[in-house]
Amino acid sequence: MATKEEQQAYAEKIKPIQPKPPYIINCLKAFLIGGLICLIGQAIQNFYMAFFNFSEETAGNPTVATLILIAALLTGLGVYDKIGQFAGAGSIVPVTGFSNACTSAALEHKSEGLVLGVATNLFKLAGAVIVFGAVAAYVFGMIRYIFQQMM
Amino acid sequence: MNLLGRQTWKFGNNIYLNTAGTAVGPMESDGPLGTYFDKTYSNLHCDQKNWELAERQLMEDAIHACLQKAQLKPEDINFLLAGDLLNQIVSANYTARGNGIPFLGVFGACSTSMESLALGAALVDGGYANRVIAAVSSHNATAERQFRYPTEYGGQKPDTATFTVTGAGAALVSKEISDIKITSATVGKVVDLGITDPFDMGSAMAPAAADTIAAHFKEMNVSPDEYDLIATGDLSGVGAPIVKMLLKEQGYDISDNHRDCGLMVYRPDQEVFAGGSGCACSAVVTYGYILDEIRKGNLKKVFIVATGALLNPVMVQQKETIPTIAHGVVLERAEGGN
Repeated sequence: MATKEEQQAYAEKIKPIQPKPPYIINCLKAFLIGGLICLIGQAIQNFYMAFFNFSEETAGNPTVATLILIAALLTGLGVYDKIGQFAGAGSIVPVTGFSNACTSAALEHKSEGLVLGVATNLFKLAGAVIVFGAVAAYVFGMIRYIFQQMM
Repeated sequence: MNLLGRQTWKFGNNIYLNTAGTAVGPMESDGPLGTYFDKTYSNLHCDQKNWELAERQLMEDAIHACLQKAQLKPEDINFLLAGDLLNQIVSANYTARGNGIPFLGVFGACSTSMESLALGAALVDGGYANRVIAAVSSHNATAERQFRYPTEYGGQKPDTATFTVTGAGAALVSKEISDIKITSATVGKVVDLGITDPFDMGSAMAPAAADTIAAHFKEMNVSPDEYDLIATGDLSGVGAPIVKMLLKEQGYDISDNHRDCGLMVYRPDQEVFAGGSGCACSAVVTYGYILDEIRKGNLKKVFIVATGALLNPVMVQQKETIPTIAHGVVLERAEGGN
């Protein structure tokens, strides 16, 4: 077993050989694609407000549902992972990334059946988002409640 | 004595690699070596219902092609030494269930190709078998599921990542005279220099490859230019320069005759990040392309060093580093063979 020093020496030695991640270009791509997804979301929201009887507040839910549906379809068609490789965080952070995480896991585990495969593994990747989302909402809800009582 | 030094086998009897079979998926058959493979599929599912069945199909095809070229049936084979990358080496187990050849399962991650070939040669040399088939398989989608994320998941991979080769290779080993000899093998030890990134296998495996290659040179008392080709398994664009650098530090210059199978199996413009990986990477390149070059006389003596990252996702999540290993086998053109 290599010692800590040997490990560090090796890491130093290979540093010049390893390709450096293009952080700035990746940020730019993420910004562009992430922004594009938001733009599409805005267009969908405007569409619901213009052609259906939705207010700006109530149009949010059908908009999110539509984005989720589009991302799920793109995942099934094998396109979303290619967008993801290009855009990185730009296509993971929006709700479409959440949809992709669920759909890809469902597709992957289809071969093990509907219950033990699809249903059990559906939130394999996205589960963490739900857990921390719920915990964070609870914590910040409590903080807000306490402050409101004190004011 | 067939043991040289601590870890090298020199096969005393004439041991031959008689025939080999390969089967690959669409990306590999589209690659620069596409014409060298026996069976190619145009779809990643290989006409099967799921990925695991597809991988099994590839291994069955490779063994079938290997047997067919030798005009043998499964009953003529004493032992099947096979392995793959999946838990409990399922592709190998279920293939062995199908063909009924007495079976020894082997696992050395992507080094399994040369591990099984070396063991097969040792069994034949020791008189414990007349005919052995060594086979391995890997599949891009089953490996992604086993080690990484669902295939359609949109996570971004860094440029150091490798792309698992979809394919399988099988080789028949016996004392029956043919044109390719297996003359020696060096068994590697597990090396771990602290790499934790599962998307950088090249950096993790290069020290293991260097260790095995250096041990081979030392114990065989040969210099690198003895070989027309020293081929590492799947170090990719990241690991290949590292192994050359590490060996140079030890006084061995392999820069002229080294190639990496992971860089041979795909064209540079195919989107495979740093290069190919997986058990099948070294297997299909060796059993398809390199054997053909030896038969043609373009190569006389080659040293194939299959590299394996003994990666386990649970261990990595528990903050363990990635242990790696490499096994090498020497193949030579048999003069006077047919």
